[in-house]
Amino acid sequence: MSEHSVTSKGITRESVSLLHLLKLAIPGGEMSQQKTNLTRRQLIQKLAFGLLWLSGLAAVAILLAVVGYVVVQGAKVVDLEFLTTAPAGGLAASDVGGMSTTVVSTVYLVFWTIFIAGPLGVLAAIYLVEYAEEVEGQSGLIPILVSVVRFAVEVLAGVPSIIFGLFGYALFVSAKGLGWSFSLGSAAVTGAALVLPVIIRASEEAISAVPRSYREGSLALGATKWQTTWKVVLPAAAPGVITGIVLSVGRVVSETAVFFVTFGGTVRAPDTVFDLSSPGRSMALHVYYLAMETRAFDKAMGTGAVLIITIILINLLINVVSRRLTARLGGR
Amino acid sequence: MRRIIDRGVRYVLFLSALVSIFVVFLILLFTLREGLPAFQEIGVVNMLTGTVWRPQQGELGILSMVAGSILVTFGAIALGVPLSLGGAIFLAEVAPSQVREVVRPAVELLAGIPSVVYGLFGMVVLVPMVRNLFSVPGNTGFGLASASMVLAVMVLPTITNIAEDAIRAVPKEYREGSLALGATRWQTIISVTLPAARSGIIAAIILGVGRALGETMAMIMVIGNSIRMPRPLGSNPLTLFLSQARTLTGNVAVEIKYATGLHEDALFATGVVLFVLIMLVNGSARALVQRRSA
Repeated sequence: MSEHSVTSKGITRESVSLLHLLKLAIPGGEMSQQKTNLTRRQLIQKLAFGLLWLSGLAAVAILLAVVGYVVVQGAKVVDLEFLTTAPAGGLAASDVGGMSTTVVSTVYLVFWTIFIAGPLGVLAAIYLVEYAEEVEGQSGLIPILVSVVRFAVEVLAGVPSIIFGLFGYALFVSAKGLGWSFSLGSAAVTGAALVLPVIIRASEEAISAVPRSYREGSLALGATKWQTTWKVVLPAAAPGVITGIVLSVGRVVSETAVFFVTFGGTVRAPDTVFDLSSPGRSMALHVYYLAMETRAFDKAMGTGAVLIITIILINLLINVVSRRLTARLGGR
Repeated sequence: MRRIIDRGVRYVLFLSALVSIFVVFLILLFTLREGLPAFQEIGVVNMLTGTVWRPQQGELGILSMVAGSILVTFGAIALGVPLSLGGAIFLAEVAPSQVREVVRPAVELLAGIPSVVYGLFGMVVLVPMVRNLFSVPGNTGFGLASASMVLAVMVLPTITNIAEDAIRAVPKEYREGSLALGATRWQTIISVTLPAARSGIIAAIILGVGRALGETMAMIMVIGNSIRMPRPLGSNPLTLFLSQARTLTGNVAVEIKYATGLHEDALFATGVVLFVLIMLVNGSARALVQRRSA
């Protein structure tokens, strides 16, 4: 930790000493000292702002480089056949096979994680925003539990995904736990734990953004607290809540480490969405296996391109929804 | 009737909220239950200071992985922080709003790109580049340098977003006062705004460190996964970064699927070490932010 604070201070110090050096380097006559001083300061500002522009635009450049490269390379192999053919699997067949079953597995996985974590997360957020303040500040067990819940959500949000993976492996996959082995079920419940804090945080934010007057109006008309929450607060917060859920979909689609140790990796998809005991391979896992085991980099690029485009579409969806949210709250 | 529903609902909501505690509890329970036997059997000190990882021979020292994680995180921070902070200052203070509306979504999208895609890009583009750029014997391209570059991009959104918020949170009056005294905008930024936002910026960097320590798949794909202690390849000490390495996260992910017995326990213990590291890092960031708001 100290190491990094030193780094950040070092930057400031470096820029300051650069400033001094520049001051020394540019000689100023005493007559027009004030004027040259100003020019010098403006020159330094131009220089500094130039660097800031560069680092700001670097983010865009990096994005374009990564997305551009993967999509252009991937486009060489992606066609309807690639999307609708099952992967061949194994080490020999790097030139045959597509990615169809991995799309199916991903969809099943997204369905279950959201089915589990969505309602739980939204209900927890409702409690934390609408009900917890009644008990907070009081003594007793419930207020303590509420603050522990808040802490737990924060801890979960910071835990690296491989730790979720380890937990899922020990609890669901391993014979020493529930013994579900590598399966859609193990992966789905572990994935749900992973996205739970994402959904709780986004929903909390959305629900607390609903103006107090909405609630007061409803309560004044004689509605109970739950009727108010269900019929007034939640509809008003819906775009924000949906944003959180869509964000979680993106998280599940792109997550690899958790599913690497819980989902198995077989190229065959589970037969149906209810086939919870079968293993499978999500799109992100497919990229990993193609690159690391099959060494079929062209197919990996193709799958990666489909993955990136999915993520871009999800981000666009989030932008549209959150625009609507701002418009709605600003408009009324 | 409405009252009864009202009361019932309250309990359902409360129980849903408790699920988070339950999950944290289960994570602790299961990683510790499997990890503690390894600590007992091998000894915490032996495990943390042992540089030999040969599970078949029962030698389970994880110092090389600790070193790998720390070195790659250091590399990512050294490369990523100037870029991220520059980006944050740019977004908060300099960028015209039209430019900001392009850069900010770009940063968001960088955060959304799956880590396997970064890993794939690293394998196909960065690794050959590093291999061809530095002609040092034993340089395969896979190693700390490539991994640091990939990781620098992955921590960029975290640091940029949080640091930008911290800079924006500095009251307008500070800037106005400085500008009114005749300081240029740059002087204002460097000597007023940034010092005022310092704790938030440091918290942003610390959270970036946490993010870097936790990254798994992209690291496995580009770092080479050697179990040996990272070492300089040539006489120049900087060639240390051309060395292959393995991270704590990678150690867990690569071996857990086939490990049994004490080996498996040692992998869970690796997870415990990682968990403790991350909690320390994130906790210090939280403490910093809370001290600021207090």
